Formats: sequence, structure tokens, C-alpha cells
Amino acid sequence: MLRIKELVKRYGEEKAVLKNLNLEVPGESVVSIIGASGAGKSTLLRCINRLVEPSSGSIELNGTELTKLEGKALRLARRRIGMVFQGFNLIDRLTVMENVQSGRLGYLPAWRAVTRNYPQEDIDRAFHLMERVGIAHYANKRADELSGGERQRVGVVRALMQEPEILLADEPTASLDPKTSRQIMELLRALASELHLPVLINIHNVNEAKEYTQRIVGMRFGRIIFDGEPTDLNNDAMDEIYAGVPAEERGGAESSTHLREVAAR
Amino acid sequence: MVATTQPTGPDAIAHREWSRYTSKERWRRYGLMALVALAVVWSLSTINVIWPWLWDAPQQMGDLFGRMFPPSLEGWKDIAWTLLETVNIATIATFFAVFLSLPIALIAAQNTTPNRFTLWLGRFILVSSRSVNTIIWALLFVAVFGPGVLAGILAIIFRSIGFLGKLLGEAIEEIDRAPIEALESVGASRFKILVYGVIPQVMPTFFAVSILRWDINLRESTVLGLVGAGGIGIILQGAIDTFAWQTVATILLAIIGLVIIGEAISAYLRKKVI
Amino acid sequence: MSSTVQTTGRTWKKPPFIANPVLRWGLLIAVVGYVWWAVTSLPFDWERIQDGVPRAIRIFKGAFPPSFIRGELLFDGFMESIKIAIVSTLLGLALSIPIAFASASNIAPKWLYTIGRGFIIVARSFHPVIVAILFVKAVGFGPLAGILTLTIYSIGFVAKMLAERIEEIDWGQVEAVRAAGAPTFVTLLYAVIPQIMPRQIGLSIYQLDSNLRASAIVGIVGAGGIGSTLLNAFGRYDYDFALAITLCIIGVILVSEAISGRIRRNLW
Ligand SMILES: Nc1ncnc2c1ncn2[C@@H]1O[C@H](COP(=O)(O)OP(=O)(O)O)[C@@H](O)[C@H]1O
Ligand SMILES: [Mg+2]
Repeated sequence: MLRIKELVKRYGEEKAVLKNLNLEVPGESVVSIIGASGAGKSTLLRCINRLVEPSSGSIELNGTELTKLEGKALRLARRRIGMVFQGFNLIDRLTVMENVQSGRLGYLPAWRAVTRNYPQEDIDRAFHLMERVGIAHYANKRADELSGGERQRVGVVRALMQEPEILLADEPTASLDPKTSRQIMELLRALASELHLPVLINIHNVNEAKEYTQRIVGMRFGRIIFDGEPTDLNNDAMDEIYAGVPAEERGGAESSTHLREVAAR
Repeated sequence: MVATTQPTGPDAIAHREWSRYTSKERWRRYGLMALVALAVVWSLSTINVIWPWLWDAPQQMGDLFGRMFPPSLEGWKDIAWTLLETVNIATIATFFAVFLSLPIALIAAQNTTPNRFTLWLGRFILVSSRSVNTIIWALLFVAVFGPGVLAGILAIIFRSIGFLGKLLGEAIEEIDRAPIEALESVGASRFKILVYGVIPQVMPTFFAVSILRWDINLRESTVLGLVGAGGIGIILQGAIDTFAWQTVATILLAIIGLVIIGEAISAYLRKKVI
Repeated sequence: MSSTVQTTGRTWKKPPFIANPVLRWGLLIAVVGYVWWAVTSLPFDWERIQDGVPRAIRIFKGAFPPSFIRGELLFDGFMESIKIAIVSTLLGLALSIPIAFASASNIAPKWLYTIGRGFIIVARSFHPVIVAILFVKAVGFGPLAGILTLTIYSIGFVAKMLAERIEEIDWGQVEAVRAAGAPTFVTLLYAVIPQIMPRQIGLSIYQLDSNLRASAIVGIVGAGGIGSTLLNAFGRYDYDFALAITLCIIGVILVSEAISGRIRRNLW
């Protein structure tokens, strides 16, 4: 259970990017967060694993208050939170296996990390997950030799190697072509249900949000202004979330494929 | 740069002028030129040179080269052996300098240094290493450890650390933040982030810079002997002091060969690692 | 979240840097063997080296605090170094223009190109200190040897860079001038020189900085400037004066580097 209360984030002296935001994500749900670019979606996700320092408010994950943690305690908390990035954020010059195992760095003793002497159970787990997403045969390839979709699969497996209690995905498909993008979304949905894992996905594409998730949260100017099931997301709600954003940039329901290029910018 | 002054009025066309620079630019250029000229005149007029010697120089040099010809093959074994010693000095010193420079680069880079104090310590080490020439380091180490190869090796190590550390530190400061962020998000410690995120990214630079420095060190190690710090320079100095000009010629040719081969190897290796 | 993974028994090892095991082990043994051989074959004089620690202490005691008592000597040495740097930069720049043209494959005929490149290679192969010794022998001790040395040193660098720039010039401009019926020299003046000028100015400032650095060391073999002052101080065990000189050299180099970097940034 993730519980966010009165979360405020302000970068420097600017006006707040997140304004007293409240959100609860119970148990095993897959939630997508939509909103115009600049609405504060990434900031929200990054506050949860503290890549961004929240200014005030509280974030609680399964009973642990995350906002006050420092040092070792913060690292221990972070390893319970998996994250998948828009740009994959892999280490290009390392092999796929090393990238995958880097998800275990929060658990691994330093000497094992340095010598790449990974415990057998981690290796088993890595192969299991890589087989599940179809990249096991790439274990010894360098990460920069893979295609975009394959790289994102590595990113997903890395996050799952953490045995996370929640998975955050910040526009995981925005750098991918339409077909691959759907495959990754499908994968995230399937893994969430197989592993009983709550997932929070920032997403630009409303179609995908509706298709692959059970709950949609709409953000605008640092506030949540919509929270409901995909069927509740009617044109009025869309207009409210995206007011002032040209129709073709909304990645909207009736839209055609060229929107994705806009989303991928 | 190109400006035209355009008078208006009925006969504008007739009076059109063209000049390469605007007048302000022109004055700045004249000012600069005057400054350069002044510096040169001052240098030439006050420098302690006996000018007739300069007119004499081509003849003297010709004379010198005349005496060098033909290069003598006497003592080539000694020369070859000392040349090898020179290569060894450069290589071993580069080897150690590379290892020493890595931690210094890490503390001298803003994004990996543990704190303010280590940052300044790292920068201090780099600046002092870089701004003292190898020869001056060699003078110091010869005074401390006596003439010999150790002084030469230490001199090259001490100078190379600054060079390697500076370039490596800059590479560390320019790494891609994205993978680092991912490693932070999995709960990796600073040390593990260093090992998995920073080092792999700077590895190519690390190799390229080390090879480049090896090439430079090869050149520098040829002169260490002139201050007594080992290598081919010692027998060069000896040959010059005894006016054995034909041997000097052989040594000089050997040095050219060494440097050219070194450059070729270094260019080849650098192409391989990039 | 919990999921039990059945053990597959698959192991994983990081693929080695070099795939071929013979090559990998061969290379490793060769490297270790080389280092071992190199270290053991070098003639270390261990007895003399053991004296090093007390000597280092004595030198440090002698060096602190640095002595600026003979400030005049220090000042004169620096002035001489600066003058050497200025004159040799100017000479080097002037001479490197024709040599650069001679070494540009798109302008010079083959025979001239070979001579030009050969000269550049020789000039670059020798450390300035070696060149300096030869000039000291030919023209005697003093700044003249320094000037000649650094002129050669400048040519080695500037002519090389300039020749590379000339090889990259835009031929359209050359043809335009030539089409207007200009003779070769005028063609060079109007079509090539303007194209290489910005590079030349940048190079000259860079070279002035390099020459200032180098002028501090060619003095160590007798070619004038602050290097000679430093060598004398070392020779007379005046370590406090030597430290003062070294500190000043560092200071001057840092200032010169900062100025030169700034000017070049503004130029480009
Ligand atoms: N590191 C930062 N420093 C300052 N402002 C930032 C930073 N990151 C994001 N912002 C600002 O915060 C707002 C929200 O950004 P973001 O969370 O990235 O929105 P989204 O992901 O919805 O597009 C934007 O106005 C953006 O300019
Ligand atoms: Mg975003």
C-alpha cells in the first residue's frame, strides 16, 4: 500500500510543481498517471523513491515513512522500489547480465559486486525473468547492442530483480515504436498480475492507459483532477486534464498513430 | 566583419565606400598589432644575445652536422640496450601513474568527490603535478635519490599523474547521469555506483589517455638522462661531452626511430580502444 | 511480492575481456613477465636510494621557507624566459607558414611535400631539451640557443597543425580567385591565407604559452632563462631559492595558461 499525503514539491524558489497532492495505491493495482507535459508526473514518481527531495508532506510505503529517510535507511527503502525509465538508463558498456544484476546492488556485498561473483539464486532469478521477457539469449551481449524494446526489457528485469514492493515506470514506452510500446505495456500488466505487484505508470498515451490499466489518475498543474476507471474518462474529463493542449498532442482516445511521435518527443 | 558605409542623398551611389573593418575594429586591430610589435621590439632590444653569433649559427650547425656524418655504429649494443631501458622507464612509470591517477581523478571530479576538502586536495595535487615539468621533477628526485633510473621513473610518474588525472577527471564530470540515477534508485551505495556506473563509462577515455601519455612519456624519457635520471640521455650527454659526434648522430637517429615507432603503436592502440 | 524460482543450475560468468584463452593467458603472462623483467633489469642503485629519506628531509629543511632574497636574479631569469618565448614564437610562426605550405599535400608537389613533412617529423621527434643541447654546442650558452630551440619546437607544432588546416581548405574560393587570372602568389594571399588565419591566430597564442613553459626547462641545459637560474640554484644546494623559483614558475604557468585559454575561447 502506497499512501501519499499533502505532498508538496518546489524546485528552488519557483512555485510549487506538486501542490498538496494526495494519492493512495492499494495492493496489486496497476495505475496510470496521465497529464500534459509539465503537469508534474515525473516529479511525483521521483519523489516516491527520493530521486527528487519532496518539500513537504508524507509518502508511506507498506508502513515505512519514506520522506525522512537518510543514508543507509534510504538505500534500504529504495531497493524495495523498482523503477523503469523512459530512456532505459542502462549502463551501455556492461553486459545485459551485469545490468540485470545491478538491480541487486542494494543487497549484494561489495566484493561480490566488484568481482561479478553473483549468488546462484540471483543468477537463477535473472535467467528466469529474462526468459520470461524473452532476452535470456542476450545475457552476454553488451547493453548498447540491443534494440530499444530489448533495452527496455532489460530495464524492467533490472527493476524486478530488486524484488520490489512497488514498481514505478516513468513513460516507459515513450522512446519506443508503437508495436514495441504495446508489447512493453502488455508485459508490465502481465508481470504485475503474476508477481502481485502494484505498478504506477506515467504515460503520455491515453489509449494505452485505458487499455492496459485498471485505474487512471489525471494530473494538471501539480494536482490530481481525475481519479477513476478507464470508462469514467469521458471527453469532459479529458478536456479538463488537457485544457489548452492542442488535440493532436493529447495522445487522445480517437487519435491516430502519428500522435505517438509527438508523445515520444 | 565586412562593413559598408553608405552615405545617403542624391549621389549616394557615387560615394559608396568599402572597407574591410569598421573603424572601431580597425583601431582595436592596430592597437593589438602595436602591442605585439612593442613586445617584440622590447624582447629583441633587451635580450642578452650576441647577434653575430646568430649569423654564425647556420655555419656552426652545418659544421656540427658535418662532423656527425657518417653516424658511427661503434657501441651500438650499448645504445640499443639503453634505448630499451628508456622504453622500460617510460612504460613502468606510465603503468604506475595510471593506477595512482584513478583515485586522484575520482576525488578531483565534482560528482564523485566525497566532500569539499577532498575536492580541493585532488585539484591541488593535479595542479602541482601538472605545472612542474618532468625535468624539474627529475632534478628534485636526482637530488634526493641520487642519479639513476629511480629518479627518472618517479619524475615521470609525478608529472603524468596530473595529466592523466585532469583528463580523466573531466571525463568523469561529463558522464551520462541517467544510468547513475538508475543505480541510485535500486539502492546502490556510492562505491557500487562508482564501480557499476562511473568506471564503465570512463573506461574508453581511461585507456585512450593512458596510451597517449605513454607516447608522451617515451619522448620525455629520452631527456631524463641529461639531468642524470637514467635512459638514453645519459649516453647522449656522454657522447656530446667527449665530442663523439658520430655516436651522437647514431643516438639521435635511434631516438627518432623510437619516437616514431612509439607514435605509431600509440595511434594504433588508441584506434582499437575507441 | 514473492515468487519462488526453480533452480535451473545455469551459471554465469562475466565473458572475459579477450575471448581466446590462449591469447588472454599469453598476454597476461607476457605483461607480468615484462614488468618483472623491466623492474629487475633496470639498474637501481639501492644503497644510494636508501640515503634518499635523510636527504629528502635535508632538502626539505633547506627549502623551507622559500627564499626570495635574490629576487633580482629571479626577475631577470623570468624576463629572459619571456623574451625567449616571444621572439621564438614570432620566428617559429613566420617560418612555419612556408613550411606548412610545403607540407600540405593539396598544394605542394610531391618532392617538396616529402621534405616538408620530414622536417616536421624530425622537429617533433626531438624533445626541446635535446635540440637545446645541440644549439648550445653550436652557438654557445645563453638565450640565443633557447630562441633557436623553441623556434624549431614551434615549427614542429604550428606547421603541422597549419598544414592540416590547409589540406582542409575550401577549393571553391581558390578556383574563383584563380579564374580571375590571379598568379599563384596572389591566389595564396587571397584564397588560402584568409581561410587559415583564424587557426593561425589561435595556434600562435597556444604556442606562446607552450614556449613559455618550455623556455623554463631548456635553460636547464644552458639555453638561458629561468631554467638556468634554477639549475644553478640546485647545483649550489640553494634549495630555498630553488623552491622560490619553482613556485614562481608554477605561478607564471598558471597565469599564462589562464590568459591563453581565455583569449582562445574568445576567438572561437
Ligand atoms: N530538476 C528540475 N529543476 C527545476 N524544475 C524542474 C526540474 N524538473 C522538473 N521541473 C519542472 O517541474 C515541472 C514538472 O515537471 P515534470 O515533473 O517533469 O512534468 P511531467 O513529467 O509531467 O512532464 C515542469 O514545469 C518542469 O519544468
Ligand atoms: Mg516527465
